[in-house]
Amino acid sequence: MLMQTDTQKDTDLSPVLELDGVTKTFPGVKALDGVTLRLYPGQVTALVGENGAGKSTVVKIMTGIYQPDGGDIRVDGEAIRFPTAQDAARAGITAIHQETVLFDELSVAENIFLGHAPRTRLGLIDWATMNAKATEILRGIGAEIDPHHKLHDLGIANKHLVAIARALSIDARVVIMDEPTAALSHKEIEELYELVEKLKAQGKAILFISHKFDEIFRIADRYTVFRDGQFVGDGSIAEVEESDLVKMMVGRDVAQIFPTRTSQIGDEVLQVVGYEHPTEFADIGFTLRQGEILGFYGLVGAGRSEFMQSLFGITKPSKGVVKIDGQVRVIRSPADAVENGIVYVPEDRGKQGAITALPIFQNVTLPSLKRTSKNGFIRLAEEFALAREYTQRLDLRAASLDTHVGNLSGGNQQKVVIAKWLATQPKVIILDEPTKGIDIGSKAAVHEFMAELAAQGLAVIMVSSEIPEVLGMSDRVIVMREGRMVTEVSGDDLTPETLVRHAAGI
Amino acid sequence: MLRLLASREALLLGAIAVLLALIATRFPAFVAPSNLAGVFNDTAPLILLAIGQMIVILTKCIDLSVAANLALTGMVVAMINVAAPGVPVVVILAVAIGLGTLLGMVNGILVWKLDIPPIVVTLGTMTIFRGIIFLLSEGSWVNSHEMSPAFKAFPRAEILGQPVLSWIAVLAVILFAVVMTRTSLGRAFYAVGGNPHAATYTGIDVGKTQFWAFTISGALAGLTGYLWVSRYAVAYVDIASGFELDVVAACVIGGISIAGGIGTVGGALLGAIFLGVIKNALPVVNISPFWQLAISGSAIIIAVAVNARASRSKGRIILKTAEHAA
Amino acid sequence: MTTTTDASTGRHIPDRLRSPLEARLKSWESLLLLVAIAIFIANSLASPYFLNAWNLSDATFNFTEKAMIGFAMALLIISGEIDLSVASIIALASTAMGAAVQFGVGTPGLVLIGLGTGLICGAFNGVLVTRMGLPSIVVTIGSMSLFRGISYIVLGDQAYGGYPSSFAFFGQGYVWWVISFEFALFAVLAVIYGVLLHKTNFGRAVYAIGNNATGAMFSGIRVERVKFTLFLLTGLMSGLAAICLTSRLGSTRPSIGFGWELEIVTMVVLGGVSILGGSGTIPGVVIAAFVMGLVTFGLGLLNVPGIVMSIVIGALLIGVIALPRLWAKWRA
Repeated sequence: MLMQTDTQKDTDLSPVLELDGVTKTFPGVKALDGVTLRLYPGQVTALVGENGAGKSTVVKIMTGIYQPDGGDIRVDGEAIRFPTAQDAARAGITAIHQETVLFDELSVAENIFLGHAPRTRLGLIDWATMNAKATEILRGIGAEIDPHHKLHDLGIANKHLVAIARALSIDARVVIMDEPTAALSHKEIEELYELVEKLKAQGKAILFISHKFDEIFRIADRYTVFRDGQFVGDGSIAEVEESDLVKMMVGRDVAQIFPTRTSQIGDEVLQVVGYEHPTEFADIGFTLRQGEILGFYGLVGAGRSEFMQSLFGITKPSKGVVKIDGQVRVIRSPADAVENGIVYVPEDRGKQGAITALPIFQNVTLPSLKRTSKNGFIRLAEEFALAREYTQRLDLRAASLDTHVGNLSGGNQQKVVIAKWLATQPKVIILDEPTKGIDIGSKAAVHEFMAELAAQGLAVIMVSSEIPEVLGMSDRVIVMREGRMVTEVSGDDLTPETLVRHAAGI
Repeated sequence: MLRLLASREALLLGAIAVLLALIATRFPAFVAPSNLAGVFNDTAPLILLAIGQMIVILTKCIDLSVAANLALTGMVVAMINVAAPGVPVVVILAVAIGLGTLLGMVNGILVWKLDIPPIVVTLGTMTIFRGIIFLLSEGSWVNSHEMSPAFKAFPRAEILGQPVLSWIAVLAVILFAVVMTRTSLGRAFYAVGGNPHAATYTGIDVGKTQFWAFTISGALAGLTGYLWVSRYAVAYVDIASGFELDVVAACVIGGISIAGGIGTVGGALLGAIFLGVIKNALPVVNISPFWQLAISGSAIIIAVAVNARASRSKGRIILKTAEHAA
Repeated sequence: MTTTTDASTGRHIPDRLRSPLEARLKSWESLLLLVAIAIFIANSLASPYFLNAWNLSDATFNFTEKAMIGFAMALLIISGEIDLSVASIIALASTAMGAAVQFGVGTPGLVLIGLGTGLICGAFNGVLVTRMGLPSIVVTIGSMSLFRGISYIVLGDQAYGGYPSSFAFFGQGYVWWVISFEFALFAVLAVIYGVLLHKTNFGRAVYAIGNNATGAMFSGIRVERVKFTLFLLTGLMSGLAAICLTSRLGSTRPSIGFGWELEIVTMVVLGGVSILGGSGTIPGVVIAAFVMGLVTFGLGLLNVPGIVMSIVIGALLIGVIALPRLWAKWRA
């Protein structure tokens, strides 16, 4: 294992914020075990680690949401505590979160100034000054947003800008960006990079949390690696290779290898003709055969998930025909879709994929209850048998089948969702960003399993925004842009350049 | 959305105007200014409670104990008046507001510190408060002749030709309009109901904010308790029984979202006035007062259906053509 | 490949770690049963009239009608919805039956009218909630006023009476010795609802919806259909309770069953059903029904007036939820 200690040689500055030996324990889990993290003014530090490494916990400690059980937090070398989020904000620490945690029903200006709004002499909130200041800050980051608008009228990229404006409004010295690019398009990501450069130039210390290595090497000056709640190493980005970081993250050598597969393409299973929705997508048509993996590539917000959810019966298309095994089928609800052999593994596991407060076996059998029951009466033995069969096929790791899904890691939750659908013996399985937010080990297992499913004759649709994954897994790829199907590529045309070009419309 | 909210209140104002116009075609006396002032005075207790309830609902809670709180404080001040007729009204007012606040705090503490769902807490305190009234009064009434003249006169005393009861409602509307739009606590109520998760990240303590919402609701209920008992000059266990539902109804009609985070003092005011106009108009237009319950029930259902329709999300706009069309 | 385990040979996962029996012993229901037993003992010590078969039988009338609705309400609350209009459905169904009596409708017809009115009211709530997507708490606060309001429009300050003598059986008849028809009905319904919730696919869907309605829909559960059925059932049970109550009282006033919705919700929550949805059991509701009935009856024997009992019920409601939380806080 590679263990690097901090080297001060790349910077003569002293850290603005320093976490030293910070520990945090939750019932049954040691989320942080004596971690060290240093943030320097005018530098971007990338925090790297797999899911469950303790990144979100550390953010919550730095922003006063959680209190550490042990260790020191130092600002400018002086030990400090943040009993509330307001105290952390007062110390100049602010965070822009994965999902923009802002207020949809409040105005843009108020989202920026909530908690530290300008006051009149009477001590009342001064709306006029607030709106003026908001306009000023937004202009400063090149955002033309009317501060009077309610936040929910804004697109996701603009919401991010409001979050950044908020960070600037409290005159932050430390800005934490927790996967800020996860929901942004390429263009928006570029704009974000420019902003990060601006913040750097202003001398702010930035903590940048990301799963994407290209991003880290593009934007960061330093890195810190956590693994299983422990500090593994830190140093200058210029002195490290991507493979070293990965090795530090997982504690072993991992190359992203996709399973080699020889496609056994069979009969046509699914045909979609002229699928259309009033606002989300239009002109979508394709066919899918047994044993095939069809990739759907596009920028975030290109309408891929929206189309898939429509195919699965969540939203109603305004036009279009679905044929399964050559027969026209009407799909008005997910229940109809499942009955017709179409199943969908959604991107949002916690809300849509699994019912986290129910045990594993109940999640797995939920859509298959008709088979495990008799005349509508539950038969537990059959349920456990079915759940055992499919969770074993997916190599699920859990204490028991009675364990609540919410207690599993992201990767294992995903396995439960996939097991649930395989138990229905579907014809077509749609996987929407199947490896998003799961650790590298589980990722490989999911890829392996997808290949196995296709080999067994299942027709697979995979929505993915990761080019290596799309290229590594798909037989054919459909590219979508702004709600429309732009092209279908296969064979030798399947190159990163083609995909990016069509997705961006260049 | 700002425009939509404004139009939601405008819609309600329009509905009230149409209602008044319809009544005026056959009973013009009803819309005479003096009569309308009377209707407002009649509706004042509902307005006071609706403002408190609105704040509670904004924070994703509900307070079903307001009417019981009103009845308990009303009984306590009535009994104080009987026992010591010399106690000045100012003290009585202070006791009413203080006791109401205390009762509200009990709800707030249970929600904040023990994390018990508000509907459960206030369902429980509602029955407990009513029971305490019985224990205190032993089931007997405090009647008009037992109350001191000063005690009874306060809400009826006229300032600028209008009774004090009306002025209190007006003052409360103005005060809380300022509190809700211009103070940190006011904005915190919106933040907590709109996105509790984000509120925590902003440094707002969700439970504590809910506690304050219940406290305000309790204070207003206590104040109304004295006004109610002195105006109707009677106190007994069952006064204002079921009134909590009228209060919730006024809020729903006023466009306050039961999911939290959306609503204004103006909305609560208009919702209460809408119900007040109906209640006062029924006898005038010769409809049996027995119709009132069914009408306010229908009004709640229609209001919530209209509000839901207005705020229904249209889904994401991805297609360029759709964007231009929209 | 560098994954540590070969995907084809999944490791064995045990079905359960804790035995179902152990889980049951540590449950809310066991705690509540202890409370019920304690109240039973306290009552027998406090009053010499308590341990009398006929007195106990009389006591069951305190809860049988409410519990009938409570069973359906439990399912509805577990699914994440609520129906506050149940007591008003009783009033409307009773008014409909009373009106029918004036036209000479016989007992079978009255039963059909009572149940039918309940179903129609349940369907009304169900359509508004599932078809139009409105919040059930607001919808049913509205329909609560509307349904009882219709009774007031029809009856005003009058009352309906003159029910046929055969109609009296539902609320006053006995099937065997001290076992009243109502109690027998309560027992049968307890079993039916227990099986429905705990032993059928429908019950499993109710739990899934209550825990995560979106997730349930994405798992192919017809969420709205299940919820609509639950509103229908709640309406039907309210109609049934209306038949029993009207039969017991022998007359209909528009104020019949006033305030029952809150007592029923209290019973359900006391029984361990989470007001936030997703968890709860029928045995819990059954025990809660007995607890509330025993408290009311015991205090009644001691000549404590009804309103004071409501203090006890209210305190019980908050206490049983607050105490475990206080205990957990104190230990932490």
